[in-house]
Amino acid sequence: MTTDRRNFLKLIGVGGVGASLAACAAPGTGLDKSAGRRVVVVGGGYGGTIAAKYIRMQDKSIEVVLIEPNRQFVSCPFSNFYISGLIPDLSSITIGYDKLAANHGIKMIYDTVTAIDPAKKTVTVSGGTIDYDRLVLSPGIDFRTEEIEGYDLASTPEIMPHAWKAGPQTLLLRKQLVDMPNGGNVVITVPLAPFRCPPGPYERASLIAMYLKQHKPKSKLIVLDANPDIASKAGLFRKGWKKHYEGIIQYRAAQKVTAINAKNRSVFIEGMEEVKGDVVNVIPPQRAGQIARAAGLIGPDKAWCPVNATTFESTLQKNIHVIGDACIAGAMPKSGYSANSEAKICATNIVALMNGKETMEMSGINTCYSFLSAKEAVSVAGVYVVKDGKIIGVPNSGGVSPDLSETEAVYAHSWLKNILTEMSS
Amino acid sequence: MEKKRWIERSAQLALVVSASVVCATAAALPPSAAMLTNACAGCHGTYGASAGLAMPSLAGQSKEAIVEAMKNFKSGTRPSSIMGRLAKGYSDADFAAMGGFFAAQKLHPTQQSLDPKRVAKGASLQESNCGRCHLEDGKEGKADAPSMAGQWLPYLQMQMAQYLGGTRKMSDEKAAKMKPLSADDLESLLHFYASVK
Repeated sequence: MTTDRRNFLKLIGVGGVGASLAACAAPGTGLDKSAGRRVVVVGGGYGGTIAAKYIRMQDKSIEVVLIEPNRQFVSCPFSNFYISGLIPDLSSITIGYDKLAANHGIKMIYDTVTAIDPAKKTVTVSGGTIDYDRLVLSPGIDFRTEEIEGYDLASTPEIMPHAWKAGPQTLLLRKQLVDMPNGGNVVITVPLAPFRCPPGPYERASLIAMYLKQHKPKSKLIVLDANPDIASKAGLFRKGWKKHYEGIIQYRAAQKVTAINAKNRSVFIEGMEEVKGDVVNVIPPQRAGQIARAAGLIGPDKAWCPVNATTFESTLQKNIHVIGDACIAGAMPKSGYSANSEAKICATNIVALMNGKETMEMSGINTCYSFLSAKEAVSVAGVYVVKDGKIIGVPNSGGVSPDLSETEAVYAHSWLKNILTEMSS
Repeated sequence: MEKKRWIERSAQLALVVSASVVCATAAALPPSAAMLTNACAGCHGTYGASAGLAMPSLAGQSKEAIVEAMKNFKSGTRPSSIMGRLAKGYSDADFAAMGGFFAAQKLHPTQQSLDPKRVAKGASLQESNCGRCHLEDGKEGKADAPSMAGQWLPYLQMQMAQYLGGTRKMSDEKAAKMKPLSADDLESLLHFYASVK
């Protein structure tokens, strides 16, 4: 235990600070925060990196510990570029944490949070226990696989990749598409909203259809959508599909997948009709990341975390803030940019609360680009404020681009560059 | 102006302090300039220092230039992709606060590969042709003329294409200054301004 603790402290400690923390560490705890003030951030994605950074930018006297299991983060936005062969590897959508940590004095712990004790204000990782004054959870999503009969969380994604968390799953879906014979069929299943990245499945359909058109012209793509219509940018996707992929994409609305047969690579609509594919991309229904559930942060919808619209503090547990896909942010969609914006609002108000100052009303933005082809994109944008305790879009602002265009695509690439740079430096 | 805001804030603070005795969830402060502009940083970079070639850096831009740009985006006078849709979500007072915030940031140096011959040619052209409004090698602008120093070349080229294509309107003075310049001259000027650190 003592050795473990020492190793753990070595991991987290930075020079003299680490040494002094070690000297003060209380028995049984991984890291004593002594007289200092500490925010622990869980999850190093679009939300967590920015929350950690913007707390340190505003108050250097608050210690910030960022816990993330992976040494590198792979972006979901633009992962459809890899799946469709527009980028050769994931390097352009992968970032590390070294620069971010060094620039802002953020302490990285590469570990998985196994427990949160809201009463004692501690998080437990495999290497020990860490005290916090305030906790920010940006855990992303997990899957409600129990709603799909026959779906096994461990084995099914290896046969029917979801590719809804970027990384190995992204590579697998690409490999399956490449290995598929010309004439094979692709099936994409879309869960009922809300889910991570509302336009994501339709962008994926567009770019996979682009790949099929070029490389597997005898192949078809079937989209089985549980929603009554395309869940985001519907008119623009329809327009793009008509322009480029007529006869390739077959879109079917209100087709909810309730069971699968992994062995046959088939899915069942409402337990009845069986649809087979050669590549089957089942995107299961979603909920907040597992750790949010373990900490008792899930609301009555049994899926997502209700939060205060000003501070993003959980309405169920004090001193725990939830941002990004996992939280219920009113009109803000579950997007990378929303997570970025929410993180900054949350950080500003955490700094205010920890300094005994008044909180500040939020002002947030979402911007989101989707590609219809290699060089054409569409966008949606919104400005968000709080009204009567709820996040709403500012009336008569925001909305979708009038058309698909190459200009939107140019901006989309710069969007990626800027947002990943902001997260990694 | 600053003083007025301070008094307003103090008054709010006093209200909140007195109210907090009876009500723990007092009303929050209105969004600060930082709260407003933090939301822009996902696309324009932290503190307005852009890493994306099509997005302008806003750091070091004058307040007048930011306000003018946002008003023109909002009205549709200036063509845009998403900026028009976003600008409609803000008031003139928000634009002023954003402008003040970005004006207080340091000019952002960019590392980009430029054609040295073009940079030299642009340098020889800029003072006599553009220098009356784009002051100090484009680091500053007269009135609401934007700073162009160190902007990404692709961004500058996109703006120039809009001017030449007529989608982005220019003042009579700017049009008169640009008329005698060849496309090659204009391209060289963009290389020059992009090169200024």
